[in-house]
Amino acid sequence: MAADQTTRKLEEMVNSIYSMLAAGDIPEISMPSRNKENIVLDPMLSVWRYGDSSVTRSGKAVDGAEYMVKLLYMVDFIREMLRESKSSTLREMYYISEGWNLGKFGTQDESNLMAEDLEVLSSLLREDFKLRPEENGASIMGDITIEERTRKGEFKKINCRDDVGDGGYGIPYSVEEEKLRIKDVNARYILAIETGGMFDRLVENGFDETNNCLLVHLKGQPARSTRRLLKRINEEHNLPVYVFTDGDPWSFRIYASIAYGAIKTAHISHYLAVPTAEYIGITASDILNYKLPTDDLSDKDIAALNAELKDPRFQSERWRDEIETMLNIGKKAEQQALAKYGLDYVTSTYLPEKLSDLTGFM
Amino acid sequence: MPPRKATISEFREASISEFFEKNRHILGFDSPQKSLFMIVKEALDNSLDACEEHGILPEVKVTLEKAEDDEFNVSVEDNGPGIERKQVPNVFGKLLYGSRFHSFKQSRGQQGIGITAAILYGQITTARTSHVKTRRKEDDVAYDFILGINVKENKADIHSEKPVIWEKPHGALITIPAKGKYQIGKQSILEYMRECAVANPNATLTLLDPDGKTYEIPRVTDILSKPAVAIKPHPLGLELGDINSMAKNTLSPDLIHFLRDDFNRISDKVADEILAFSGIPGNKKPSELSLQDIKKLSEAFKAVKLMPPPTDCLSPLGPEFIKKGLKSVYEENHPSHYGKPVSRPITVYNGNPFSVEAGIVYGGDLPSDQPVRIVRFANKVPLLYQPGACAITKAVSEMDWRQYGFDQKGGQGVPYGPAIIFVHVYGIRIPFTSESKEALANVNEITNEIGLCLKSLGRGVKSFLGKKDRRARIYEKFRLVNTLIPEIGKKASEILGKEVPNLEPVISKIANVVFVTEEFRKSQEGVEIEMKVINYTRREISMGLIADPPTGDYEGPELKWEIKDLGPAQEFVASFSIKGRISDYPGTNYYFTGIDPVRVQGAEPLPADFGTETVNIIETDGEE
Repeated sequence: MAADQTTRKLEEMVNSIYSMLAAGDIPEISMPSRNKENIVLDPMLSVWRYGDSSVTRSGKAVDGAEYMVKLLYMVDFIREMLRESKSSTLREMYYISEGWNLGKFGTQDESNLMAEDLEVLSSLLREDFKLRPEENGASIMGDITIEERTRKGEFKKINCRDDVGDGGYGIPYSVEEEKLRIKDVNARYILAIETGGMFDRLVENGFDETNNCLLVHLKGQPARSTRRLLKRINEEHNLPVYVFTDGDPWSFRIYASIAYGAIKTAHISHYLAVPTAEYIGITASDILNYKLPTDDLSDKDIAALNAELKDPRFQSERWRDEIETMLNIGKKAEQQALAKYGLDYVTSTYLPEKLSDLTGFM
Repeated sequence: MPPRKATISEFREASISEFFEKNRHILGFDSPQKSLFMIVKEALDNSLDACEEHGILPEVKVTLEKAEDDEFNVSVEDNGPGIERKQVPNVFGKLLYGSRFHSFKQSRGQQGIGITAAILYGQITTARTSHVKTRRKEDDVAYDFILGINVKENKADIHSEKPVIWEKPHGALITIPAKGKYQIGKQSILEYMRECAVANPNATLTLLDPDGKTYEIPRVTDILSKPAVAIKPHPLGLELGDINSMAKNTLSPDLIHFLRDDFNRISDKVADEILAFSGIPGNKKPSELSLQDIKKLSEAFKAVKLMPPPTDCLSPLGPEFIKKGLKSVYEENHPSHYGKPVSRPITVYNGNPFSVEAGIVYGGDLPSDQPVRIVRFANKVPLLYQPGACAITKAVSEMDWRQYGFDQKGGQGVPYGPAIIFVHVYGIRIPFTSESKEALANVNEITNEIGLCLKSLGRGVKSFLGKKDRRARIYEKFRLVNTLIPEIGKKASEILGKEVPNLEPVISKIANVVFVTEEFRKSQEGVEIEMKVINYTRREISMGLIADPPTGDYEGPELKWEIKDLGPAQEFVASFSIKGRISDYPGTNYYFTGIDPVRVQGAEPLPADFGTETVNIIETDGEE
């Protein structure tokens, strides 16, 4: 969105606070509650978004008033960046807030959360605010040609298999049309991989070429731009997305954030989530069927699994079965545990079997 | 039968010396460290007793001088009344002599063992004599004695006695040579003197240690402590042996006069009842009473109705002394709260009146992850040894302190928290676990009374903590309307390029009250406090305001203001200064009059009894 439009939208929000004060009303800000109790499935888009329950921050309490002060300082800072055509990382903004006196943040988590709140409140995106996350390092490998606008302002054409090294093409923090254009895709599907070790294994085994697919390294919980790029390739070129992860509660959450949308960013699920993404990561059943080497579930793992049983995104029968089975056997396994059967086992046996189970097209 | 009598006397004399030799530990002389401590303690206790009895503000100087190897010369010099020349051999040379052995009176020392035992200990361990110099104010000169103890005859061996010039108008100086070991730390002479200073804030105590270091604890008040009054023994407080020895020593010609004159609370009528009950003729000579008769008398005492002993014969420290004493000694910990001292009414245990008073110091630099420190006192004497055996420690451990904001595993044991708990048990013949008087015996009547004191202290701490919370909440609200809301207004206007709107309506919606608040900063002499009254209501208000700074820190006219017609959003400001460190400043209490309490925050309605001196907080039984 253009800078002046963004500024206008932010000023509208500030004006609502100002008007309340001028009218002698205690200022307040309402927005949807951003927790797992308040996400609902959008039947039209098949993604999870925030529901109707909302929180109100009121100036009659110290917490609420401090929140508003910080929010106003942040808005002021964003306006200035827009005016001077600059951008900053979220971390930089956190440090800059040192000089904001009453608007100073206690932790970077607090400022990150508030940047997301501001998205929710203004229906804008962080990218519109010229705020970006740290370098994430997620990458893509496969026969896709893109044009990226470099810092010199020119679009550079890159084939993500032929023009890059074994590390693949590094996904930039913004993958919107003005920064990244998708020119040509020659692949049947996207395989999104949790760990670097497995990504490297598949690259080495040439899985992208033999199976005509795109390999995307998620680097753990995927960043927004990674999810957005998955979404764009999925929507613009009709490529299905398969998510290949470890078999533990945290991997289930990685999948959920890709397929259903993350709880923290449910206000932009429609823009980030790929509802049709399929899970082909390690499951509790795989642990049993493939007799994989395992680790015992830790207390944290067990708590996370129990929390998932209450998470609205995991209420399907299939997920409940998997989670309960994992709790029953008390074990988890890494995707690299497949190496038990040899380095090629994952590419020659496991993935083809899994994919054909799901789709029947292999 | 003269020969037989001589045998008994020999036997007795031999036994005293032997008794001491064999039972040093019972009297407290059980280790080289503790022996030096005991000598100082016995002499110091005597000095303080004598000063109190004669209305003198005590000045006591203790000197420890290394003589050779493990031998020390221990000197204690006081400004007490002095000792009459002809009494010196008795006071310092006779075991079980003490002027108070048969008196019924609250005092620091209880038997006539202490100082003579100290001299005897010195004599046994060094084979040297002790030195006594004393002068009474009516004498022109002081008398200087060099003496030892003749254990065979249980009397002083005076080696020399000579009149000397002493610049002191009155006082006594005793120097005892003794084997021992000087130590510092928890159970040391210095610690004993520090705790003595807590119970005797009107005393100046000085210690000159073997390394030549001087410690002086100056007095913090010139108020004299009220001396205890001697009473005749109450029949119910006596053991058979006591009655027997009274009967042998009385001047009364017959039993009826013995009963009427030598006991407390035995009226003529009661004496007749006792005679009737025991069946002993009233004209029997007391010295001729058989053991059987004594037993009958004792039973009769229990059978007849006796009034409890008088209770005005005791000498408490009193809340003022406790507060001043705690403050002077523990101020180095910068505590944030000195609890109001608690005094129990006097009660009777076994015919002996006793009572308990207590105080607490809380917060500041005191460690909150350590067990609370319990400082124990019996008849104004600090108890440093055997804390585990003592009724005071037991009473502390048996109470559930968790409800008062302390940590305590399972609600029993010594609690953890940043506190020093002071407990003073005083009375006539209070029970100890042993002759060395290091721990109070666990007697239900006494532990119960201690427990009630502790509960009251606990409540005080809890309410202090609550007050701190309330202050914090009020400060938050003040910050909200004074800082945050204006900042929201300012920043929003800045972004929009508009005028800052009038915030008064919003502020009075958030806080429709009058705020009383203070800011304070360090000043030259102490702390300068700026008090602000801000009217956030939408109407003009008038009110009276009184500031009550922490006790003892403020000197000057009464802090009282009449605030007239303070308009909405207007401020009333006043400042005053107090003494003390800024880190100790607990905040001033503000009280208001003449305005609806719901419209004021940061001050409380003026209590009806404000300004009247509260002497005792009396806790009654069965309340909890």
